[in-house]
Amino acid sequence: MATVAAVIASTHHPFYYRASTATGADRPPFADAWVAKIEAFRETLTKARPDILVMVGSDHFHQLWLDNMPQFLVGKAPYFDANWYNEEREFGLPRMRLAGDEQLAGHILRNGLDAGFDLAFSNELRIDHSITCPIITLRPDADLPIVPIYTNIFAPPLPRPGRFVELGRTIRQLVESWPIDKRVAIIGTGHLSLELGGPRQFGAHGPDPEFDRKAVDWIASGDLDGCLAEVTLDSLHLPGNATHGFMDFMLMMGVAGAGAKADHVDSLDLFHTMEAYFTWYPNGVPA
Amino acid sequence: MSKYLLNKFLYTVDRDPDLVERYREDAAGTVDWWERELANQVLNCAVAEKSTWLAFTDEERTALREHDHVKLFELGAHPFLTLTLFIAMFERDHGPLEYQKAYGRALQHHALPYPDIAT
Repeated sequence: MATVAAVIASTHHPFYYRASTATGADRPPFADAWVAKIEAFRETLTKARPDILVMVGSDHFHQLWLDNMPQFLVGKAPYFDANWYNEEREFGLPRMRLAGDEQLAGHILRNGLDAGFDLAFSNELRIDHSITCPIITLRPDADLPIVPIYTNIFAPPLPRPGRFVELGRTIRQLVESWPIDKRVAIIGTGHLSLELGGPRQFGAHGPDPEFDRKAVDWIASGDLDGCLAEVTLDSLHLPGNATHGFMDFMLMMGVAGAGAKADHVDSLDLFHTMEAYFTWYPNGVPA
Repeated sequence: MSKYLLNKFLYTVDRDPDLVERYREDAAGTVDWWERELANQVLNCAVAEKSTWLAFTDEERTALREHDHVKLFELGAHPFLTLTLFIAMFERDHGPLEYQKAYGRALQHHALPYPDIAT
């Protein structure tokens, strides 16, 4: 049977690639500290020795559009090209190509449907920075096959937070029931408080540092009850108009399990938004 | 109200480098051409199989023709789409983050709840 080698939840900051590769006068003052945190975070995946990565993210109106919008979608294809013209333009992200694992994708689709999630699928999916950012930070060689899973945190009506948690729990069960002896890391990215295109954007910190502090505590301690008691589709408007991306963190809390304390917790207060990084080892910390 | 069509304009222009430049240089002409030629084009379908019913309201058309991102916010256009396209058009005329901060300041009079973006 497959083993969940690591569960990882992270923000996906599209400026990391440019900040970390900039030199001289172009290199921002926070770049070195950011790179140090990312390298420590990367080591938490490396030492889990994964064979395959399940990657949870959210399309930012790239391939998925309002004329045909899935709530949850699994990519099942031999390859995934990645990053889009407007991400190259705004963030300087490189074009990438990642291998896919169709067998695990097929297992997740078949058994996810049977478990009560009407998962959409795509056999030709160009993935965006919600998935390539964690590849860049956590596995820059991009040498492992992936199964991308997209969630709709972007185009209302959205599924409610509890549904994201439940999908996370189900993904964990689906990976653990895959009858193939592989080590699978489940990685998902979202946001803490975030404002895009509104009055609170691009401030000195994230738009709601108090929400961010509580969010990091919920995730680090696996406090799903506390998180679900406070977070609703309506409440997520308050910390910032793009904060519904926090539901992908809640999905990852579902993967990690209620009460599961993260084995690695780190954060970095940047302008515009706070970065946060979490790793759990459900089967024990690797040597 | 046709928030969907506003978003469709922002989405289709943002993903096309030539259209980004065209909209920057000639907003009114680009909006008129787009509404005439592309508003009813079902994306991912053959050109002949068009919709027959999509049109901007006068208020929406004017907001797009005037590059009025504050009005687009008020009309419920998706703020991510508006921001991404407007950064592509106008960040180049400003210092680092200057445009993004000014864009936010222009919206300061908006308190919560923001206009509904559901389509």
